[in-house]
Amino acid sequence: MCRGLTWNAIVMEIEKRIAALRERLAYTKDIFGGRQNANIELMESRLAEFVAREREASDGEKDQMVRELEDLFSFLEKKLDAALSPMDRVRVVRHPARVSLKDILENVYDNYTEIGGQDEYSIDPSMLIARATIARRQGDKVVNQPVMVIGQEKGHGQEFRNGGSVKPWGNAKALQYMKVAETERIPIHTYVFTPGAYPVEEFPGAAQQIARNIYEMAGLRVPVVSVISEGGSGGAEAIGLSDVRLMLSHGYYSVISPEGAAAIEAGIRQGQRVAPELIEACAKRLKITAADNLAMGYVDKVVPEPPLGARPYHYDFFKELRQEVIRATDRVFLGIAGFKLFRAMVASRRKAEHTGDSEGMFVRWTLDEAAADRLIWRRYQKYRHMSETAFHDCRPGYQRLASNMQSLYWSGYSLIRYDFLGKHVRNLSKTVSDVEAELRLVANRITAPLRRCRSHGPLTCDPEKSRMLVELSQPEQGACLADFGWRYVSPKAAEDRAVTCPESATYGCPDLWAPDLYGDFAGVCVHCGYHFPMEYQWVMGNVFDPDSVIEFNEGIEAANPLNYPGFDEKLVKARKKTGRKSSCVTFEAKIDGIKLVSAVLYSAFRGGSVGAAEGEKFILALARARERHFPFLAYIHGTAGIRIQESLNGLIQMPRVTMSVRRYIEDGGLYVVLYDTNSYAGPVASFLGCSPYQFAVRSANIGFAGPGVIRETTGIDIPPNYHRAHNALARGHIQGIWDRREIRKNLRQVLLTIGGRNLYYR
Amino acid sequence: MIDVNALLEEIKAAPYEEIEVAAPHTGVVSFAPVGPGTRVTGPSGVYGEKSGTLLATLNREHNDKPIFAAVKGVVGSVRMELEGRFVEAGTPLLLIRHFLSKDEVIAAILQKVLYLFCAPERAKYYFIPSVDKKVKASGPRSVTVRPGLELFIVSRMKREKPLVYDGPEGIIYAVYFQHDQNMDQGAPLIGVCPEDQTGLIEDVVNRVRTSWEEQE
Repeated sequence: MCRGLTWNAIVMEIEKRIAALRERLAYTKDIFGGRQNANIELMESRLAEFVAREREASDGEKDQMVRELEDLFSFLEKKLDAALSPMDRVRVVRHPARVSLKDILENVYDNYTEIGGQDEYSIDPSMLIARATIARRQGDKVVNQPVMVIGQEKGHGQEFRNGGSVKPWGNAKALQYMKVAETERIPIHTYVFTPGAYPVEEFPGAAQQIARNIYEMAGLRVPVVSVISEGGSGGAEAIGLSDVRLMLSHGYYSVISPEGAAAIEAGIRQGQRVAPELIEACAKRLKITAADNLAMGYVDKVVPEPPLGARPYHYDFFKELRQEVIRATDRVFLGIAGFKLFRAMVASRRKAEHTGDSEGMFVRWTLDEAAADRLIWRRYQKYRHMSETAFHDCRPGYQRLASNMQSLYWSGYSLIRYDFLGKHVRNLSKTVSDVEAELRLVANRITAPLRRCRSHGPLTCDPEKSRMLVELSQPEQGACLADFGWRYVSPKAAEDRAVTCPESATYGCPDLWAPDLYGDFAGVCVHCGYHFPMEYQWVMGNVFDPDSVIEFNEGIEAANPLNYPGFDEKLVKARKKTGRKSSCVTFEAKIDGIKLVSAVLYSAFRGGSVGAAEGEKFILALARARERHFPFLAYIHGTAGIRIQESLNGLIQMPRVTMSVRRYIEDGGLYVVLYDTNSYAGPVASFLGCSPYQFAVRSANIGFAGPGVIRETTGIDIPPNYHRAHNALARGHIQGIWDRREIRKNLRQVLLTIGGRNLYYR
Repeated sequence: MIDVNALLEEIKAAPYEEIEVAAPHTGVVSFAPVGPGTRVTGPSGVYGEKSGTLLATLNREHNDKPIFAAVKGVVGSVRMELEGRFVEAGTPLLLIRHFLSKDEVIAAILQKVLYLFCAPERAKYYFIPSVDKKVKASGPRSVTVRPGLELFIVSRMKREKPLVYDGPEGIIYAVYFQHDQNMDQGAPLIGVCPEDQTGLIEDVVNRVRTSWEEQE
């Protein structure tokens, strides 16, 4: 026991152990947020007792007592672990003593080099990128398998890391190194330790960079394994799209922080405090814990942590994490590999057992082109099948069958027409045009001298033709006036009142008369051009050809998958108010004869928030456009972000719909986004922001976070026009601003001249 | 001149400016719950995005237009007899007493004390290049002017002609125009103060700066 040590050493050792116990007690108190708990009080009292009796006891007794205390602490911590509430888990992952990425790199990987900066000398210290190796045995050889590790780093109290809140250039750096890993054909391990992304709009823009990241990760040709500790919505999605998703047992993964959700629920303005009970309640309702995520199918495996959360001295936990990460990567490779017979069987058996050292089985972490294609397909299917039960599909059985048959028919037809015949026709026409160009050149050269000799008489024009060119064709009818008026006139034009333009202070606009403003002027102030918000039916009625709008999939209904209290009534109210079942409308329409598929997110239904139903409708509409080779217009009348009450079911639509968008664009489609009124957060940061052609109607607001959130997170007061379309244009987030009255003309031009190599009319 | 102190005393006696809030256009007035003695604030916020206190609402053709206070101060009197009645544009509705701040007091004194050289016509004005350089480098007080000196260039419809300074000799104490701003006829361009009175004026200005208490 203590015989080998000197007296001083013994005293020091006991002091160290007591200090460690005190730290554990302080940690436990932090985790429980200062709540009273009998177990904690017991721990405290026993520790105090020991400290009081320390003097009288002899060394042997002291050692015994400290050992008893340590056992007691371990036992009580296990008991307390069972009583953790979701908000406690949030406190666990946010505690400065929590394991961070650096600890994981030190203990899980065998060797690593930090690339992309070091400590505070880095573009963004909160994003950490390292090239690590894992040493494995094959027989009696040791193989070092390289891995790219990317993740947010919180540091242990390092202020310059911004608490893991990554700025857009940090995400851009992560994307750059993901591409490097793709070139080097090594797998990527991502670790998510972020409360949320830093909401700054300056280029590259928080939302647009996250969208770019998700878009690129959707087509990444190397496997990605992600481990989630603190997953804060957009920031987590920026590096979280992966083939296998692991989650630490005390982690949380949510669409919004519990504090944010509580603030919205309480309808609180800035500066006021929210009751802690409401925050606890929201954390519970949002179902953010690892167990909930596993049950809903959004993570594949939960890595168990020591009681009350992993701290850097829990070496067993790191060993466990290492095994899990290796096993997960093995699983991905085995899923796509060529020759894998027995190992695949063993791996699937081991999945259920949780035992066994994965060192015993060696899987080569390399892949070829065919395997990479399989990988991307599997990743797409994985996300495609998530959240399929989170919405309510009201379509009658025969309708679903009919639509499946239709899509089968169209896939077959387009395969034949575009892939078989189309390819041959294209090759033929290429050859023909090459030959023609050569012949023309030869002919020109030959006839050139002949042409020079021929005399040139005066050019005459037929007098009848010249009369038709300059005079009116039907002079008795007078000048041809284009038809005035709009097909759909807003109901706001029926009120007899005056309206003040909000910009009248700056431009001195006189008051407008409502019937004129909402009728003839289409909601545009004639003096300064400010666009008043109009309903979504205006665009649906006036931009497309008359009677060409054919809606489909109306039966897909937004539901309440988490049984969020009070949300069912809100949904019923929204359904009654709008007459529709979700905030997305998908339809086929024509503009000047050009057929297209369109999806509209409108703000009347729950602010235009996106949930599982809207994501599913988007994906089905994209599939339809892909099969029929139609262009796709996403008209965003207004969106407030991801529906908070659906939590993860809504958040997962971000990568899910982006993957469908990528598939559509890569198959040669044209994906155009048109923003109107207000578009914020989630959708802009994923499937809308990834489009290469984004346009906005004048006076629209486009951004990642609203002014209140920006002020709370960054402390900066933003100017009142910060999110306006002209500022978004100046920052490079959108490609153009359109007047509402010219949408039809501009859209027609876009459809005819931009993008989409594989559309039916090209 | 010697009036400076007398002026200061005068301002101290009534350290406020009476601002009349009139109806910007026709309409039916309905006052907000502000009465005599209510404190009102002007536009606030980093970018002036938060409007001042609501004073009244003017309703024209079923359109409510709020009237906000433009300056900080105290409501002097409200014409409650107009409540709910139709008024024409320009009808006075309220009186606000705006208590003068240091800078405003100094500006008021300077306006009365300095000799103001006014613009003879509506045009753009600039200093001649040599004077302009001196003003930019070391401030307006470094320039001495005497009558007959060609001090300004008047630019009207891109045609320029010189303008001769006329008035007492002294130094330029304050400049009231910008080179790209169209000055109305009769608007003051510069304020000149004779050399011997500079000290006096400086003295009063410093006194105001240190001891003026803005009455809340």
